[in-house]
Amino acid sequence: MEELANLFHGFAVALQPYNIMLMVIGITLGVIIGVLPGLGGANGVAILLPLTFSMPPTSAIIMLSCIYWGALFGGAITSILFNIPGEPWSVATTFDGYPMAQQGKPGEALTAAFTSSFVGALFAVIMITLVAPLVAGFALRFGPAEKFAVYFLAFCSFVGLSKEPPFKTIAAMMIGFALAAVGLDSITGQLRLTFGVTELLNGFDFLIAVIGLFGIGEILLTMEEGLAFRGGKASINLRVVLQTWRELPAYWMTSLRSCLIGCWMGVTPAGATPASFMSYGIAKRLARRGNNFGKGEIEGVIAPETAAHAAGTSALLPMLSLGVPGSPTAAVLLGGLLIWGLQPGPMLFVEQKEFVWGLIASMYLGNIVGLIVVLTCVPIFAAILRVPFGIIAPLILVLCAIGAYSVHNSTFDVMLMLVFGVIGYLLKKCNYPLAPLVLAIVLGDKAEEAFRQSLLGSQGSLGVFFSNGLVSTIMALGLVALFWSVIQEGYSRLRTSAA
Amino acid sequence: MTQRSGSASGPAHKTLEIGMALLIGVFGLVVIFGSLKAGINWGAEGPRAGFFPFYIGAAIVASSAINLWNAQRDDDGRLFAEWGQLRQVMSVVVPTAIYVGSMPFIGLYVASMVFIAWFMRWLGGYRWLTTIAIAVGMPVVTYLVFERWFLVPLPKGPIEDWLGL
Repeated sequence: MEELANLFHGFAVALQPYNIMLMVIGITLGVIIGVLPGLGGANGVAILLPLTFSMPPTSAIIMLSCIYWGALFGGAITSILFNIPGEPWSVATTFDGYPMAQQGKPGEALTAAFTSSFVGALFAVIMITLVAPLVAGFALRFGPAEKFAVYFLAFCSFVGLSKEPPFKTIAAMMIGFALAAVGLDSITGQLRLTFGVTELLNGFDFLIAVIGLFGIGEILLTMEEGLAFRGGKASINLRVVLQTWRELPAYWMTSLRSCLIGCWMGVTPAGATPASFMSYGIAKRLARRGNNFGKGEIEGVIAPETAAHAAGTSALLPMLSLGVPGSPTAAVLLGGLLIWGLQPGPMLFVEQKEFVWGLIASMYLGNIVGLIVVLTCVPIFAAILRVPFGIIAPLILVLCAIGAYSVHNSTFDVMLMLVFGVIGYLLKKCNYPLAPLVLAIVLGDKAEEAFRQSLLGSQGSLGVFFSNGLVSTIMALGLVALFWSVIQEGYSRLRTSAA
Repeated sequence: MTQRSGSASGPAHKTLEIGMALLIGVFGLVVIFGSLKAGINWGAEGPRAGFFPFYIGAAIVASSAINLWNAQRDDDGRLFAEWGQLRQVMSVVVPTAIYVGSMPFIGLYVASMVFIAWFMRWLGGYRWLTTIAIAVGMPVVTYLVFERWFLVPLPKGPIEDWLGL
């Protein structure tokens, strides 16, 4: 009951006119970010983060999270109208969304996508409202060893669930850890890995890395493909929306299943992209018209969109309650919290009640605002896409430079951003995943601190990570996640040999 | 990814994979070297500053050795990219490097104007009127939004000083 009261208090915070204005601005910016290839949610939030430094933290996080919702919505627009997934998690939406648009049903496809996104997000927010305080309460009992175990679980999940080769995922992640270690050691106060370069005293900022790896890297990839936009006409009118809404309840089972897949994948933290693919794959296998998937089946739009939004939203649950972000964008939001002096994790629920519940309330409202904005503004967003890449690309590059500069007011960071951009392009081309790298830059310091504090307590014995039931369970889960693909392969071999 | 076919030519994917694995391996060695300098043993305050990064460096070297082995083993004949595609990429990287490098001297606004104008005119082939409108318009909007509205200062050069901005 106390949670309900807190939530209503949160609504009172989120419903202030200033915050509602920020929501609308955030959603609009987010959709633009989602629509433009080369600007992802993580990158968009990173570029716009400095804009929020002068705002109160609650307003700032409301705006940033709304940019995130907007980017999640925006990805669907380009996928359906132009067959260009603006975001990786909207790739699966193109499979059936684009054929639907070509068959003269873009309005139906967009309405189905937006509504499913909304349903997925709503489901995840309700889950966060109910579960987050419990998880946070539980996590208050955590010592350094348990904290490290949670980080261990998060990183192992990335290795086990990633579709990239495991050793590439590990290499990328370890690069992130190494970059996070550069600069002043927070425990001993000693300098390390700076090699006498004064600019490296503060270490590598994750925002610079994000802007370079995702923003510049994507632009370079797009340039290589010589992307040409093929614009289509998009219009949604009330009749189409209402008609599609009447059809949607028939697919409640697909929606529910996709919500559950999304929430699971968001929390674990595999993220929105695998969630959308998994949900699409399962829907294809189980749907009555599964054979029609790929030819313009509305269920093929509902499944990935619901799961992607549920995953994107539920990725904030571990960020808020444990301080472990479930997605790269959540990692950027976490970085934002640290910049505002807020310590994400269980104490946030105790010390910053107003902030946490304001954010959770804004998730409900932000998604409603998002649905209204996208349903009404599709033609305008589609028009943005008709602006040729020759104009959009330099503007995005300038925006990236501004974003990188504003983090520390340093032109060295802008150069670093470009270096990260080229590295990001090469890593991506060689199939190294970037998300674990970013996550490791963000969490590296905290994971190391927990690790060293645990070792300090145990006089250097690694047994501390298996010293009680709680920490052993989390570590064991981490090991299972780490070797998940091996376990799966062994299991399927056993089954085939038994059969 | 481009297949090796007909007239298409460019660096092989395998070469880049090997190069990348080696580069990451060298990075791992640098991390190990830096950690050794910071001390990797046990001090009065517990594990010393280089302790954690040392093992990270070791993991980087080990995983890149495996990646190197994998890269050498499988060669599917793919191209990394065609030369034409790489030229496209370089046509963005080089001017962006000049743009970024000139920023400390001439400020962000003038550099952005020149960069956008160059990009649109040379790569996009737009008319001068469109080019100038956007090249001047974007930095002006940026100035209003960032410096006036959100009070975020951006790097300025002699021209902004002369204009008293």
